[in-house]
Amino acid sequence: MKNNKWRLGVPRALFYYYYGPWWETFFQALGAEVVVSPPTCKEIMDLGVSLAVAEACLPVKVYYGHAAWLVPRVDALFVPRLVSVEKKSFICPKLMGLPDMLRAALKPCPLIIDTTVNLARRPEEGLAAAVQGMAGALGIKGSRVDLARAAAEDRYHAWLAKQQGESMATAGCSEEEPASRVYRSFSSPGQESRDALQVGVIGHGYLIFDQFLGMDIPGKVQRLGGKVILTENLTPLQVETACRQLPKLLYWTLGRKIMGAALHLMEQENVAGLIHLTAFGCGPDSLVGDLAERYARRRGKPFLLLTLDEHTGEAGLDTRLEAFMDMLYRRRSA
Amino acid sequence: MKVTFPHMGHLWLILKTALEGIGLEVVVPPPCTRRTLELGVRHAPESACLPLKVNLGNFLEAKELGADTIVMAGGVGPCRIGYYAQVQREILRDIGCEYKMVVFEPPDVHFSEVWDKVKYLNRRPWQEGVRGVILAWQKACAVDSLEQEVQHLRPREAKPGQADAVFQQALGELDAAGSRGEIKKIVKKAKSEMAKIPRHGGGPLLRVGIVGEIYTLLEPLVNLNIERRLGALGVEVVRGLFLSRWINDNLFKGLLPLPGHHPEKTAPPFLNHFVGGHGWESVGDTVTFARHGCDGVIQLAPLTCMPEIVAHSVMPAVQEARGIPVMTIYLDEQTGEAGLQTRLEAFVDMLRWQKGRKAAERRGTYLQQKLFQGAENKCQKFT
Repeated sequence: MKNNKWRLGVPRALFYYYYGPWWETFFQALGAEVVVSPPTCKEIMDLGVSLAVAEACLPVKVYYGHAAWLVPRVDALFVPRLVSVEKKSFICPKLMGLPDMLRAALKPCPLIIDTTVNLARRPEEGLAAAVQGMAGALGIKGSRVDLARAAAEDRYHAWLAKQQGESMATAGCSEEEPASRVYRSFSSPGQESRDALQVGVIGHGYLIFDQFLGMDIPGKVQRLGGKVILTENLTPLQVETACRQLPKLLYWTLGRKIMGAALHLMEQENVAGLIHLTAFGCGPDSLVGDLAERYARRRGKPFLLLTLDEHTGEAGLDTRLEAFMDMLYRRRSA
Repeated sequence: MKVTFPHMGHLWLILKTALEGIGLEVVVPPPCTRRTLELGVRHAPESACLPLKVNLGNFLEAKELGADTIVMAGGVGPCRIGYYAQVQREILRDIGCEYKMVVFEPPDVHFSEVWDKVKYLNRRPWQEGVRGVILAWQKACAVDSLEQEVQHLRPREAKPGQADAVFQQALGELDAAGSRGEIKKIVKKAKSEMAKIPRHGGGPLLRVGIVGEIYTLLEPLVNLNIERRLGALGVEVVRGLFLSRWINDNLFKGLLPLPGHHPEKTAPPFLNHFVGGHGWESVGDTVTFARHGCDGVIQLAPLTCMPEIVAHSVMPAVQEARGIPVMTIYLDEQTGEAGLQTRLEAFVDMLRWQKGRKAAERRGTYLQQKLFQGAENKCQKFT
């Protein structure tokens, strides 16, 4: 397709919460107009649920909804085929098939840019190939691509550093930052008292950062007087080191993040408990979460598993959270 | 050391031969039953996939028979099977069931990791061990060739169950067989017995391809004997996955010249990338079956199986483009016999009706066309 000004749709779901700034900066630098779908709402979720097969996990269904919302508004959808984003590991089989799954479900189906990202063997070459593929799909080659990539990487690393450096109390970026759409503040300063309980919230970023889908669990914990620690607040080294306790390398990137954060946090004296947020039907979580829970139980660290699906009621979730926080307070005063 | 392993269809026969061949004492877990499943379900994570639960039940039942070492396969993703052993080890530890685990998987750093495991297990001079492995391979081929024969016979035999009885007896004999000559004799005898089974002269048979995740395809406990059920409904079952082929593809990396799967040729444009497990093969095989004139395809998968969900999601596109009806069945510990039977009967009825209509179209029989048009009009009135 020959096009001077591309309108490129990027669904605000799944890995947008990990790579959104990278993608946005890259495509904008190449002269495309990036249209990101609005934050998840009931309509988008219902749209996705009606399009996807019933057995798919909730985040994938929501992704369908975002893609379907974008279809009438854009020239093409950007749905990268994320096979692997680091050495010797994978994302999830569903992410590998996502572009094909969407093509089968969306009617009419727009052009889908499904660049394969596979860094499992030779990360450098894999990344270069993916970048070339993404630019090539827009019909752009040469030095402009390198410039765009450099800009995207700068922006991405600044964003990552910001996430990590943010203390829990002052999380959140200024409104004009595109990243603020991704990483939201979970508390207002001053609300936090000195004796707040530290609670680790672990889970996939696309559940925790999506306020509708994840039901704003970190915010709720904070309103109940807790101090939230996320995987993003730990350094990659801390996560990796903790994960080495496992006898076998965990080959899911996100599973490793969740497991590493869980193991790291359950060793900390001052962390009162852990909350694992998962979506019904998530394959890796069914094993990783179970392992994390077993380790936590052995170490005597309270562990709350919250499973979300499209029928989850907010009141039930609140009750469980309140009970868990009450229990943590009682444990401390005992 | 008493070695055990997880069940998967007739895999026990082959593994037992191979492990005994290298001089180990083998405890075959009791055949999978509801009890196996219940034991596994009690201790496994709720949303883990079914094979993990059944295998855990196998280990617990084998423990009762005195097994102390587990030999099983692993993997390096992206499907969950590669992490089964790790989770199962922790579960067994938590419920106080002591086991030593030897997990065969692609080495993390160096090939010597695999070799160390083989050396740890091997109790005999290696020539004898190799002989045992070759014998096991021959048994795998024998089982598969007999099973194909049974699949062919089931819808045709006058009294259902006769072919299966011969097959079960042959399996027992194969288990005891100690040489290639014996295996050949058993296969020959079983085949001649099968040839004598009286057949009925019924009308044209339906052919249904079965695709999906290998465990649900091969293990009759979890698929509730779906192939026998289909056979009794007058359906000839074809399937692309057999143990010998799976062993060849996965353990020998396709070294042996067997007709294998080529999803990279058949699955695109519906699914353009491997997705772990057998998801790619499921889509590719569906296309192949459609090309070979199957009347329908049934996809089997354990509930929450990630690769099969991908395959399931693209099946509507395959159905539309290749004109073959596909029914996806997810199996878990809650699957009931009556529900499955009803779904199978409805699917087979639909296929038969469609086949009849197609035949009528081809023959152009005025009366039949009229009949079917009438039926269609009636349907339209109701909807």
